[in-house]
Amino acid sequence: MKARVHVTLKNGVLDPQGKAIEHALSSLGFDGVNDVRQGKVIEFSLSESDPAKARAEVEAMCEKLLANTVIENYDIELNA
Amino acid sequence: MKAAVIVFPGSNCDRDVQVALRQSMGSEPLMVWHKDSDFDKVDLIVLPGGFSYGDYLRCGAMAANSPVMKEVVARAQKGVAVLGICNGFQMLTETGLVPGVLMRNADLRFVCRDVTIKVETSQSLFTAKYEQGEAIRIPVAHHDGNYYADDDTLSALEDRGQIAFRYCDQEGKLSEAANPNGSQRNIAGVYNETKTVLGLMPHPERLADPKLGGTDGRALFDGLVEALS
Repeated sequence: MKARVHVTLKNGVLDPQGKAIEHALSSLGFDGVNDVRQGKVIEFSLSESDPAKARAEVEAMCEKLLANTVIENYDIELNA
Repeated sequence: MKAAVIVFPGSNCDRDVQVALRQSMGSEPLMVWHKDSDFDKVDLIVLPGGFSYGDYLRCGAMAANSPVMKEVVARAQKGVAVLGICNGFQMLTETGLVPGVLMRNADLRFVCRDVTIKVETSQSLFTAKYEQGEAIRIPVAHHDGNYYADDDTLSALEDRGQIAFRYCDQEGKLSEAANPNGSQRNIAGVYNETKTVLGLMPHPERLADPKLGGTDGRALFDGLVEALS
């Protein structure tokens, strides 16, 4: 099973890198771009084949290491 | 007093801390490699600055999950004093020993210069040799020192006296101009609830000898030696 974890900043947490990207897009002539937020994508394969067990395992990984839940949210995608 | 400095792959201020501790203690601190979770009983553990494990994933995240850190957390919970400087502060937030998190500097630049910080209280193991409200000059060198916690956490920290240092001007006044990295409420360092754990971004070990251009950092180490001997 393949897992893909999206880690994003929580609402209300300032994202200076997102702001810099927004500014760069605007100076390249891409108008009308707002609210840019930068995050991370982490992909991996799992030997677990049961979707419920796999999700629980990936959730534990996110809580323990992949995300810092003080400032970050995570979203898990699983594909057989 | 006995002290240990934990050395991670990528630490680069471990030797500076060793020299500062030797000067204040008059004896050698233990240098503990990150794989050695079984080390002698000590009164103080220092997590030094640097780029442990290449700052992969998030600064301090890998170190926070290393075997030696389980031992550091267990000892901190029993009351052993822990000092985390710069990358060491990032490790402390990642383990949850102190609240909050250190984000990318607001202007996205690596900042490497002397700053002035205000000593919020002299009532701690770490700051007894300073005057309350004193402004001291200490260098910073970091890319991710922008302290963040939500408003409730920040207010609780203030209510409990857990703010250790704040960035200020030379007169001790807090201002946006004196804040090198965008930290919430100009916070440069915080304590845990019992004030036995301190995390701070500035490097006191880098200004603890007149030959290095200043000694404002020395009182922190002298104070620890006096308190823990």
